[in-house]
Amino acid sequence: MLQHLRPAVVMIALFTLLTGVVYPLAITAASQILFPSAASGSLIMKDGKVVGSGLIGQSFKSDRYFHPRPSATVAPDPQDTSKTVDAPYNAEASAGSNLGPITQKLLDRVKGDMDTLRAAGISGLVPVDAVTTSASGLDPHISPAWAVMQVPRVAKARGLSEGRVRELVAARIEGRNLGVLGEPRINVLMLNLALDALKQ
Amino acid sequence: MTWNGWLQIALMFALVIATARPLGIYMAAVFEGRSTLLERALGPLEGRFYALSGIDPKREQDWLTYTIALLAFNAAGFVLLYAILRLQHLLPLNPQGFDPMSPHLAFNTAASFVSNTNWQSYGGESTLSYFSQMAGLTVQNFVSAATGFAVAIAIARAFARSSGSTLGNFWVDLTRATLYVLLPLSVLLALGLVALEMPQNLSAYIDASTLEGAKQTLAQGPVASQVAIKQLGTNGGGFFNVNAAHPYENPNAWTNLLQNWAIFSLSLALAVTFGRMIGREREGWALLSVMVLFLAVGAAVAYWAEASGNPLMHAMGIAGPNMEGKEVRFGPALSTVWAVFTTGASNGSVNAMHNSFMPLGGLVPLALMQIGEVVPGGVGSGLYGIVVLAILAMFVAGLMVGRTPEYLGKKLEARDVKMAVLAILVMPLFILGFSAVSAVLPVALAGLANPGARGLTEILYAYASASGNNGSAFAGLTANAPWWNTTLGIAMLACRFGIIVPVMAIAGSLVAKPKLAPSAGTFPTDGLLFVGLLAGVIVILSGLEYFPALALGPIVEHFQMLAGKTF
Repeated sequence: MLQHLRPAVVMIALFTLLTGVVYPLAITAASQILFPSAASGSLIMKDGKVVGSGLIGQSFKSDRYFHPRPSATVAPDPQDTSKTVDAPYNAEASAGSNLGPITQKLLDRVKGDMDTLRAAGISGLVPVDAVTTSASGLDPHISPAWAVMQVPRVAKARGLSEGRVRELVAARIEGRNLGVLGEPRINVLMLNLALDALKQ
Repeated sequence: MTWNGWLQIALMFALVIATARPLGIYMAAVFEGRSTLLERALGPLEGRFYALSGIDPKREQDWLTYTIALLAFNAAGFVLLYAILRLQHLLPLNPQGFDPMSPHLAFNTAASFVSNTNWQSYGGESTLSYFSQMAGLTVQNFVSAATGFAVAIAIARAFARSSGSTLGNFWVDLTRATLYVLLPLSVLLALGLVALEMPQNLSAYIDASTLEGAKQTLAQGPVASQVAIKQLGTNGGGFFNVNAAHPYENPNAWTNLLQNWAIFSLSLALAVTFGRMIGREREGWALLSVMVLFLAVGAAVAYWAEASGNPLMHAMGIAGPNMEGKEVRFGPALSTVWAVFTTGASNGSVNAMHNSFMPLGGLVPLALMQIGEVVPGGVGSGLYGIVVLAILAMFVAGLMVGRTPEYLGKKLEARDVKMAVLAILVMPLFILGFSAVSAVLPVALAGLANPGARGLTEILYAYASASGNNGSAFAGLTANAPWWNTTLGIAMLACRFGIIVPVMAIAGSLVAKPKLAPSAGTFPTDGLLFVGLLAGVIVILSGLEYFPALALGPIVEHFQMLAGKTF
């Protein structure tokens, strides 16, 4: 056993140096030089301030904006830190709901969201992403079908014609890679930024 | 289900199978000590490693020395990682000022990474400093995979050599696996991932002010460098809490494609390496066929279940597949193919939450872990796992015809078969034993996220994942509590090293036997009959072990769902 002590200790030290320090630092340096924007988190600046990341979803509640999917992320309760409170799109603590398909808690939540949508005048079949939480709680995308359903509300709140908003949505649809991989989607933050940039 | 969905799944399979041969041939060259292009560049570094450690790379070891060296190295790694996690508040690169991990969480995490499991009781972005991620976890991602390589290569040599006494040198195999396989591939993959928008920085978390004027804090970090090796080494431990479902850890379908390939490529290619090293590549392809067979069936069932969606939601006027716990950019097809790859390959990273899968969709990843993490299993561990099952299959075939069984020219005798059975029984012992206790223990049950049958599935899944050294979870189970952290940690270590030691004993026994030339009475192990026999043995074995438990979990839940029953 003792004959193995020196190689065991020296080897783990050398590997820590090589794969735990040199490797990640070299990749960091190379990435910052070659792909500075991506390496820094694809941040979006507006008027010199960070308004978010093009990859990370954020919460929208106002009728003037397109809404993202529901999010299951939470944050520590400021009153009692042993508890948590709902904090949609908390990018400090990604999380899914982890509720199973026949768990009453899930079905109650979905029912509640459906009631809200129906009360807001949305009829017909609702796309599933509108009422389900994503795996990360930070999903930046919604399906084109769900975006189209939100057009009347956004158009009315902004005093724009529905046709104009619908055009904007259509222009923001991202297709599958090479027509095969992934799913058609719309980045909600980018869509809302484009909406804000529209001349009234 | 859509044609496009099936096409995406077929593409992923085609990609990993296509690279198995070139990678397999390259790895055979690395471990047979032949000079490669990379060796000319990194050779001096390799030499320095041996010189500093006081190793003579030309001196080979018998099975016991090899095993002890392996255990000593892993013990040193465990102690170092535990220390880093407990002391992270005193170490550099902790911009968020995280506290040290609790003792049971640090034990669990150290066990998890040393055993190549990467179960996450911790939430990466809310618990770990950048130093812990880099110098702690990333290092074990490399060397635990290299440890797996070493054992697989040792057993390949046992079959390749006739009347030998040694199986190679552990330190050499460990070093060459890291320097010539894992490190170069990780560098390429990491840079590719950053090019496709994955972050790689050391900055503190960034405060954004959103369009609606709220504050959103964006977690950052050296993500790409860790993700590259976490996939290539079939480790799977996420940089972020939700792993590869996080938009930073898997921004788009391209990064998803690259990562999915990385999860699978080396484990599958090792089957080819095995075939090359024993001098008959076809034997490796026979093992590879068994692996792909299980995965194809698993992918088809899971995709059908997820794409069909939740009937209880359809009844509310909702249209579409099951999207609870899935990301829009991946949809049901890429989410299920990932779930199948990650559990087939003992990787354990997730791009969708398995706990929100449909009952039968969740059954597939659970069953793939329970059959022993051999289709294709973790880097190295999958190969030595399936070789053990092949030994058992040949023993069964030998019993049927009344001949002394042989596999690849080596006679299988009582000691070899006993060791094989020992290696196979470790996993069910820990999965079923701990699950049974947890199912009645109040402190264990307190952690469950879902009631009813799904709660039992959460328990089974946790121990199957830990014992199979997989690391994926029916997340939601609050596993960061003393009972779960400790028992899962024990299961991970026991099943990792409790399998490695008997496998090395088999290798030691086989290498000493003469290699027999095939005769008319030899059972051919490179054809369809063998593929069917091995697959049958795997199905019967795991069915006997786990079917009763599965019937009480996902299967009963499926029928409850059809009956409209909720919990």
